[in-house]
Amino acid sequence: MSGLALQNVVKEFGAFRAVNNVDLTVPHGTFVCMLGPSGCGKTTLLRMIAGLDLPTDGAIRLDGEDITRVPTHKRNLGMVFQSLALFPHLTVGENIAYPLRIRGKAKEEQKKRVDELLAMIHLSGYADRPVAKLSGGQRQRVAIARALSISPKLFLLDEPLSALDAKLREAMQVELRQLQQKLGITTIVVTHDQREAMTMADTVVVMNGGEIRQAASPIEIYRRPADSFVADFIGQTNLLDVQADSAGGAAVLGHVVPGLVLPAGASKGTLSVRPEDVHLTAPGAGALTGKVTFVRDLGGTIETFVDIAGRQIVAVSTPRERPEVTVGQEVGIALTPDVCVVLKK
Amino acid sequence: MRREPPQTPGDYAPLLFPAAMLTIFFVVPFGTMIAVSFFQRQQGGFYTPAFVFDNYARFLSAFFGGVLGFSLMLAITVAICCVVLALPFTYMLTRMSRKVQVVWLVALLSILSLSEVIIGFAWSTLFSRTAGITNILVALGIMAEAKALTPSFGAVLTGMVYQAFPYTVLVLFPALVRLDPTLTEAARTLGASPLKAFFTVVVPALRNTITATLIMVFIFALGSYLLPQLLGRPQHWTLSVLITDQAIYQSNMPFAAAMAVFLVLVTLGLVALTVIAGRKGEAA
Amino acid sequence: MTSIFRRAYFFAIGLFLSLPLIVVAGVSVNQKQTLAFPPQGFSLSWYGEIFLNPEWRNALFASVTLAVLSAALAVAIALPLSWFLWRRIAPWANIFQLLGVAPFTLPPVITALGMLTFWATVGSYGQPWTAVVSHAIFFVTLPLVTLSLGFTSIDRSLVEAASTMGADERTIFRTVVLPLILPYIVSGYAFAFVLSLNEYIVAYMTVGFTVETLPIKIFNALRYGYTPTMASVTVLFVTTAAVIFGLVARFGDLPKLLGAMSTDGK
Repeated sequence: MSGLALQNVVKEFGAFRAVNNVDLTVPHGTFVCMLGPSGCGKTTLLRMIAGLDLPTDGAIRLDGEDITRVPTHKRNLGMVFQSLALFPHLTVGENIAYPLRIRGKAKEEQKKRVDELLAMIHLSGYADRPVAKLSGGQRQRVAIARALSISPKLFLLDEPLSALDAKLREAMQVELRQLQQKLGITTIVVTHDQREAMTMADTVVVMNGGEIRQAASPIEIYRRPADSFVADFIGQTNLLDVQADSAGGAAVLGHVVPGLVLPAGASKGTLSVRPEDVHLTAPGAGALTGKVTFVRDLGGTIETFVDIAGRQIVAVSTPRERPEVTVGQEVGIALTPDVCVVLKK
Repeated sequence: MRREPPQTPGDYAPLLFPAAMLTIFFVVPFGTMIAVSFFQRQQGGFYTPAFVFDNYARFLSAFFGGVLGFSLMLAITVAICCVVLALPFTYMLTRMSRKVQVVWLVALLSILSLSEVIIGFAWSTLFSRTAGITNILVALGIMAEAKALTPSFGAVLTGMVYQAFPYTVLVLFPALVRLDPTLTEAARTLGASPLKAFFTVVVPALRNTITATLIMVFIFALGSYLLPQLLGRPQHWTLSVLITDQAIYQSNMPFAAAMAVFLVLVTLGLVALTVIAGRKGEAA
Repeated sequence: MTSIFRRAYFFAIGLFLSLPLIVVAGVSVNQKQTLAFPPQGFSLSWYGEIFLNPEWRNALFASVTLAVLSAALAVAIALPLSWFLWRRIAPWANIFQLLGVAPFTLPPVITALGMLTFWATVGSYGQPWTAVVSHAIFFVTLPLVTLSLGFTSIDRSLVEAASTMGADERTIFRTVVLPLILPYIVSGYAFAFVLSLNEYIVAYMTVGFTVETLPIKIFNALRYGYTPTMASVTVLFVTTAAVIFGLVARFGDLPKLLGAMSTDGK
């Protein structure tokens, strides 16, 4: 099989289990983002793929070959570190040529490849500059070019954009994704920024507590979160208790939502409703009725906080569809079954 | 690369040469010295292997008690003088521009590296009748005629403070650089004068550092072997001078070794005290 | 502290530190062989004496040879040791770090006497090379401290990055670690060199009767009365030390080498 496969990978640091039985298949040429809160094991997983940490148990295969115990320097990787790890004693060109130099490639070949890569990252003519003289975004690009100089089988990035300011980060996300598509290289990025993951990935892997909670396409993760952790971690959501009623339907906060059914055999569950799917109506017209407690007008969108029997629900709307509501006003909330996701307990 | 335990015997290879050198040329000589301290002295020659406590028993005389007492007293005086002089100096130095700091550090290092022979020679010149400071005082009309200020206890003390002062500054420097400058700024905004801020904020904050520095300078001063000889009278000789004297001029190696072992024990005891003081500082 | 007080205090300390050297510098330019200050007449012949008088010249040569070799040996001991301690987790190996720091921490007489008894016991007493080994052990502390500091300042992700790019342990050392640690090797060598040049007691107790280094020569000369050559040698030594430490400061980060890590951020 072509691509990367993790099989029952476990990593323990003393008594602490940082990565617990991870199974993951990354087909050749896909862009995977590993997403999760800090300490969820995503960086440890990446380091094991790179060979910088050895798994306590399990196997890592690349194109069918078991590389679990292969030393890092024999894996033909490209990796971008969070600190970028550019060599301060080398120039931009020497940094990019480093993987070629230690493989004993001819000087002319090195130079040709460096020029190619510098053109690719829009830094032609920068070869002789010291890395310390570059801006944050330029250093970022150099680190990426250096990792790609041998055309590696695997491209690994550990929080690569975290040091950049918000605007530059967004631009780099797009650039990185386009670069990856052009090269068709199998890429794994570790990040804690869900926007970043949504922008770049073919597959988003959400991790928590050393385990994979869901691995799917960004839109699938957003629309059909596997559990309440994923629903809450990706984007904003309203988590509500839902109970089966005697008529075979389901009730949220005591109000029956027409058409909503729980999985067979379940008597209660948790419902996830995205704020943009919550529609405000006149009181009594929707399934639920509550009181507006706060309105946050962000210009592009408006968030309305509604209190229903002590539970808070957030609704997001655009100014054009904005209902005229004020704090203290009674409003109705309409829920339709197609926007409600019943989560596994 | 994460630090990892050595995997194969080959991983220990870099340790081989340093470990061998330090073992053969430091641990073994040290052991030899301890062994010799129990040997029997041979008149006119070196020594013969034996196991006697005679060399240690000689300490119990009033003469060596006096020398030890004087050595400790001198080292303590030097340590106190140095810390008192160096603490405000180093504190102010760390608040100066980097350029000024570097110039002073270069000067201090140069003086610290000076041979005791040279320091002794320089001060004996300065304290001499023909070329000394008294000539300046005479020229200024303060003194009637030039005179020699050495040998004297004052000369020994001055020379040793001169020798240990740069060391004291360099020991204090890292701790004082790390001292949060907003501490004194906070004290100033609360109404303390600069001097008051120094004594009420900086000195208490550095209590453990000061203790540790005192002990380190004390050990350093204890090692002074030439200045008491060059600038003082025989009654100003310290244990270090006596060890040199016994080893070289009296050819009594076993006794010199016994005194050296004793000096090591005193020093190690003090290092242990420093470590304990440091631990307490961290805990506080 | 107010600036007037600070200036006065720094001036007083500066005077205290420089006064003996000023007097010695003055004495060194006396016309005749007298120890007068202010100097009587002006002559640089006492500087020429260091190089022209065979006794002083030999002593200078002996001292420089000793310092060059022993500092190199000290670095050769310190480099693999500090690298190993940085690279590996081996708590018991810290004992060698302790052994490396001990000779310099203990009163010098003790190391000197230990060396004397050792060389006498193995029968090499008085051989010139024993002084090289003795000084290397005595001063190994200095490169050990600068190198340990240097290694802690190397970002470990640089080493990891090199390995992801295909470099094995040996290549990493040659292409990444060595270039980054080089300034610390140089300053460690410089410290050991200057201190070895000035060292008296260990040299005296090991080879004092066969080789005359400059400090030994000065001490011996002191016993037979003063000569302005001592003064000129002293000036030469202070200048050498100042130049070497000045170079270290010029090309390296002296405050950091002396343990002031936090100045980096400024």
